[in-house]
Amino acid sequence: MNSTPPLPRWSLLLLLTIVVLAVVVPWISPWTYYTPSWDELDLEPTFANGHWLGTDDLGRDLLVRLMWGCRISLLVAVAASLTSLFIGVLWGATAGYAGGRVDAWLMRTVDVLYAVPFIPFVIVLTVLFGRNIVLLFVAIGAVSWLDTARIVRGQTLALRQREFITAARVGGMSPAQIVRRHVLPNLAGIVAVYLTLTIPTVILVEAFLGYLGLGAQAPLTSLGVMIADGAAQLRSRPRLLICPALLLALLVLCCNRLGDALRDHFDPASGGGA
Amino acid sequence: MLGFIGKRLLVAIPTLLVIITLAFALLHAAPGGPFDSDKVLVPEIRAAIEARYHLDESVPMQYLRYLGGVVRGDFGPSFQYQDSSVNDLIAQGLPIDLTIGLLAMGLALLIGVPLGVLAALRRNTVWDRAASAIALLGISVPTYVTAPLLVLLFAVSLRWLPAGDWGEGALRNLVLPVVALSLPYVAYIARLLRASLLDVLHTPWVRTARAKGMPWRTVLLRHALRPALLPLVAFLGPATVGVITGSIAIETVFGLPGIGRFFVDGAFNRDYTVVMGVTILYGVLIVLANLLADVVQALLDPRMRP
Repeated sequence: MNSTPPLPRWSLLLLLTIVVLAVVVPWISPWTYYTPSWDELDLEPTFANGHWLGTDDLGRDLLVRLMWGCRISLLVAVAASLTSLFIGVLWGATAGYAGGRVDAWLMRTVDVLYAVPFIPFVIVLTVLFGRNIVLLFVAIGAVSWLDTARIVRGQTLALRQREFITAARVGGMSPAQIVRRHVLPNLAGIVAVYLTLTIPTVILVEAFLGYLGLGAQAPLTSLGVMIADGAAQLRSRPRLLICPALLLALLVLCCNRLGDALRDHFDPASGGGA
Repeated sequence: MLGFIGKRLLVAIPTLLVIITLAFALLHAAPGGPFDSDKVLVPEIRAAIEARYHLDESVPMQYLRYLGGVVRGDFGPSFQYQDSSVNDLIAQGLPIDLTIGLLAMGLALLIGVPLGVLAALRRNTVWDRAASAIALLGISVPTYVTAPLLVLLFAVSLRWLPAGDWGEGALRNLVLPVVALSLPYVAYIARLLRASLLDVLHTPWVRTARAKGMPWRTVLLRHALRPALLPLVAFLGPATVGVITGSIAIETVFGLPGIGRFFVDGAFNRDYTVVMGVTILYGVLIVLANLLADVVQALLDPRMRP
């Protein structure tokens, strides 16, 4: 682990393939994700009929639905991660740069929030305020920024001691300007790393909410919703569970591998592994 | 040590207050109420119901009344289950969650610790890679995916174990939920222990112990493992959170009557008191678990003592 580990090539390739397919699916698929087809119910997967993974109980092509599920899961994951990134960076950078009393209060708030059971709160939020996707990523993002805030604060504290920050201050820049022009750009690397590590977590949270019936609403689908639907018809159509479950595992696995590798690359001090 | 515990308990009070206030504010800010059902209630009946649950009072008054109840350990009556209080529901469901949660954590330690030690000692061998692969898999595959797959394999195909139901806590019924819940923690524990043990194995005191001819087994058990366990203990606090929220999914898959079920049903049915009560209970459990983890850490490492 002394030398920089190579990027996990296969994970990157797989991830890119999944992302590209999820992005272009509306333009390349011969079927929609929502139109039931009454003469094609429960088709077995064959190449001959064009349904490579078969169809579900309403005659909808499974592969197309998988790609759409991926699309929604990824959309929520990226949007929620960006939300959490925005709050976390702002919070952490303010605490780290301001220091003193502001720092103490901001970080004490983070400590208190760490003890709040978040999944229940997200469940309550999505149940009570309607089940739309925008709310979903705001809710997930708003509760997953704590780690980012901590890491950004630590990095900012270290940056603050550096000469170029002192030089900027002596040169007459305001704190807000310094944070924007000098601190934030220097945080980009580590923040990118934690973004790649937040995304798989958020994918899992979204899938969990989808599983409980709080995510994307039918006919729109996400990986978690598909897993829940598949689990309900486990005995008769195991294919409907196994396919989305495998895809979700693969997606999260690739994200984690990539995130770990990036972290080892940018932040050797974190020691790899755990 | 007692002073340390006391101080930590004092810090827990504002935390719990934040949780209670957040839960209360969220539920009262939400549109709609618990008795907005499809059938229109006669105004008099509606007023009577609202008076019974004190919903006719002002919001600050309701908040204070609720807070007073919580301080006395009373979470109020359930809106949905007319005859039971939230305390009754919790008393019914909590033993199930504790049984499954504790068994799952125990199983995770039982498998995860040897796996992590093995990976660290046989570093960069097939063993290490296999352990790392298992760990990564466990982290990436959530319980609501493994649980139905386990049901498919062991209950539907092989017919060895029941697919769900609590069955009065019979061992046969416990196996699948406990295994499914423990898998991610096997992974986390193995990963964490591998990393921390590798760190410790490179320290001067381990080298010294080996240099003076101490048997390798003694070095490992007495000098290396103890400090390597510290990060693991710190992890077990937050891990409890995971077991608790994870059990919501497990209860849904296996149809177990735990508090997670009451919580999700309560949220859907706007059973405010149940939702608040369970959320607060989760918060208390988390605070206690973190406190316990801190105390054990202090016992293991004199430097962490206050």
